[in-house]
Amino acid sequence: MKLRSRHLLALEGMSKDEITLILDTAETLKEILARPIRIVPTLRGVGVVNLFYEASTRTRISFELAEKRLSAEVVNFSASTSSVKKGETLKDTVRNIEAMKIDMVVVRHQASGVPYFLTQCMKASIINAGDGAHEHPTQGLLDVFTVREKYKRIKGLKVVIVGDIKHSRVARSDIWGFTALGADVSVCGPTTMLPLEIEKMGVKAYSDLDQALEGADVVNVLRIQLERQRGSLLPSLREYSNKFGITRDRLNRLNQNFTIMHPGPINRGVEITPEVADGPHSVILDQVTNGVAVRMAVLYLLSGGEGKVE
Amino acid sequence: MNNYEKEKGVVSEFDLAIVGGRVIDPESKTDRIADIFIRDGVIKRIEKPKSKLGAKETIDAKEMIVVPGLIDMHTHLREPGREDEETIYTGSCAAVAGGFTSVCCMPNTHPPIDNQETVKFVYEKAKQAKCKVYPIGCITKNQMGEELTEIYDLVQAGVVAISDDGKPVSDPQVMRNALEYCRMFDLPVISHCEDLNLSGSGVMHEGFVSTSLGMSGIPSVAEEIMVARDIKLAEFTKAHLHIAHVSTEGSVELIRQAKKRGIKVTCEATPHHFSLTHEIIRTFDTNAKVNPPLRSKKDVEAIKKGLADGTIDCIATDHAPHSIEEKDVEFDFAPCGMVGLETALGLVVTELIEKKILSWSQAIAKLTINPAKILNLNGGRIKKNFPADITIIHPKTLWVVDPTKFQSKSKNSPFGKKRLRGKVFCTIVGGEVRSRE
Amino acid sequence: MPKKQKIVLVMDAKAVERALIRVAHEMVEKNKGAENLAVIGIKTRGAYLAERIAKLIEQIEKVKIPVGLMDITLYRDDIQTKLEQPVVQKTEVLFDVVDKVIVLVDDVLFTGRTIRAALDQIIDFGRPKNIQLAVLVDRGHRELPIRADYVGKNIPTAKDDRVNVKITEVDKEDSVSIIKQ
Repeated sequence: MKLRSRHLLALEGMSKDEITLILDTAETLKEILARPIRIVPTLRGVGVVNLFYEASTRTRISFELAEKRLSAEVVNFSASTSSVKKGETLKDTVRNIEAMKIDMVVVRHQASGVPYFLTQCMKASIINAGDGAHEHPTQGLLDVFTVREKYKRIKGLKVVIVGDIKHSRVARSDIWGFTALGADVSVCGPTTMLPLEIEKMGVKAYSDLDQALEGADVVNVLRIQLERQRGSLLPSLREYSNKFGITRDRLNRLNQNFTIMHPGPINRGVEITPEVADGPHSVILDQVTNGVAVRMAVLYLLSGGEGKVE
Repeated sequence: MNNYEKEKGVVSEFDLAIVGGRVIDPESKTDRIADIFIRDGVIKRIEKPKSKLGAKETIDAKEMIVVPGLIDMHTHLREPGREDEETIYTGSCAAVAGGFTSVCCMPNTHPPIDNQETVKFVYEKAKQAKCKVYPIGCITKNQMGEELTEIYDLVQAGVVAISDDGKPVSDPQVMRNALEYCRMFDLPVISHCEDLNLSGSGVMHEGFVSTSLGMSGIPSVAEEIMVARDIKLAEFTKAHLHIAHVSTEGSVELIRQAKKRGIKVTCEATPHHFSLTHEIIRTFDTNAKVNPPLRSKKDVEAIKKGLADGTIDCIATDHAPHSIEEKDVEFDFAPCGMVGLETALGLVVTELIEKKILSWSQAIAKLTINPAKILNLNGGRIKKNFPADITIIHPKTLWVVDPTKFQSKSKNSPFGKKRLRGKVFCTIVGGEVRSRE
Repeated sequence: MPKKQKIVLVMDAKAVERALIRVAHEMVEKNKGAENLAVIGIKTRGAYLAERIAKLIEQIEKVKIPVGLMDITLYRDDIQTKLEQPVVQKTEVLFDVVDKVIVLVDDVLFTGRTIRAALDQIIDFGRPKNIQLAVLVDRGHRELPIRADYVGKNIPTAKDDRVNVKITEVDKEDSVSIIKQ
């Protein structure tokens, strides 16, 4: 079994077997994180650039740790798009990186499709660390991983994603990842934040939170982005919180042994109350730990050879 | 083969003869094998085959289709201002290569065609062009949507219509005034229908593809709301409204109903809007980023139906050249537009004629006589004493689109590698062969 | 392609068993008991051999010694030249290796590269007192300066021969054979 592509651009179109291979590998690699020396020499000599066009703390650190624990050579390149827009084009930047003999590029950008664009102009393996509102495949994988670790299965679980579905790349990757492994996925959010024809992605869409939560096993609470309020998708955060906030009262609709997830960073008291976020059913910090293992698995599986000497 | 000159004693009283071809002239409902004789740039005789007339030069059009020179009523030639992307000359080369003998150039140049001087500049440059070039003037000064241009001045200088294409006229009062004012000159007002508040930061059609790619969408209603508004204004002002690049099912239906009510509204559709859907954006090809965006399958079907039932009068390219540097960027940042002059006819034949949506005569009408009538151009006909603007088409030839071979200065076409049927064999402008395979 | 292959059986089940018993005895003898001893088997077949040796030592010395299992994939030196990444299996060393006498166990000793990877990995777990090596078969052709402390059987081979070790736990029988190309 191997991955069909040497890039990780999206979970859309990935088979159950491919996702399972990544998760199984991550499970094995997670053990390294418990060793006295949390580093293995696997990717020695492999050059990885973290190309971040959008501010990110946790994803970048998580990737960087994953790379370092596999002994890759890591270079960080952060740029605000505003300055890049004025100066060098993305293509020129990428060509420069290519000229430095880099093997893998981890890229985050606020425009959808940039990781694909990179595959068209360089030879390195490209890993999408979030492109616009398109996908964030490693987040999707770590979410599936965390749920699988707890329940030992994905098939048949009822997963609800709550929040601004329209602008969320996490929602999209989660939808593809969980549905590929047989979960029953719903999305829930204000009607202005549910994109057109979302049901065609194989999910049910709700605007009534209680209805969506009925009988659910996993609730993934998305961050409500304060900066996206232009265009009046929401009258106020207060109103959002009242209608869609995950509070303790609402949890009794869930199945026993339910799970609360959040990709972070949390707006405490807006989309989720602190007592739920920090409660016994929350796996929010496990997600962070698992993020490193999942990213190590992705790096490992994509580091092999096409284009290299046999 | 030229049998005519070999005939003893026959004087070549004509400059050019096109013989043996199937002549289709939609206006006169002609569709028969005939020989055409041209002198001094004018069609002089249309004869039954094997006539004894002779000409200095003869084109054998056997198995070809001979039609009036194609007219593109919606072209961006970029000159003045962006001569790196296209000039009036290179655009005209692309036009004749694509079978067009006339193009109408949109005024969103730098500076825009919003004054007599710029109109004169275009006409001056057009003297060197391979095809006829008719400028369209701006509706508002600098296309700002605020003050009307000196429309009478523009008419005097020879504009054939006015439009702020590329931008809508957002203020309905300004649009009302433009329509009302133009009624004096019997001048069509070409409307780019887009509500900018609704299209917002959208970069593609809002639908399942934008949902799965996470791209901001331009909803169909952003176009339809302004189509509806402009139809109401046309009804109210009794002026001639022409709606550019119709792209949605709803727009087609609004125009269909308006025509039924006798409102003076005409419209056009582009080849890309009847050949491509938003699915192509899944490859993030910035050459497929256009405005209005490529829509859903349902919309494409509606455009085809609108073409078939006559709701859509014309096929126009919206030829919009952009440099590689501008297009080879993140999808969100790429400018809108694709070149279209050199693929239009192939797409019409492949997508409409071969698929029995339109007959040859219907299709050719939308590329010739219909735009000619809308813009009051002296052309679009194969008729005695009319200008000898003629396009000869090889209807069966199968060819593969190769943008690198385009005459246009820009290569931004998403149709690269596509196989098309129907190729231009020869383009004749004013009796002169301007392009020949 | 399918050239005529010649298969030669070099150890049957009985021979494998005798070799393991002898190796277990040698280990106890060399280390003067099993007090500070631990075995780590290299996946896949070495892991089962390590478990068997630990059981044999328990029978001899009445001491239960710790058994670890190790997958050396992440320490391979050819990882970036492979077209397909090998599946990483679990490494389970659930005891502290510091100051222990570690005996690495593998089925076949050939180029020595696997052992090099295993040595590096053990050292990343801590600093053992010393590390020894036990193999069922030593077939020669070393590419690194590595030598086994306990050998079930030395088998002379040609470089392109294949040595096929079968273990009951995986292959339903115990045997060692050479496949001559």
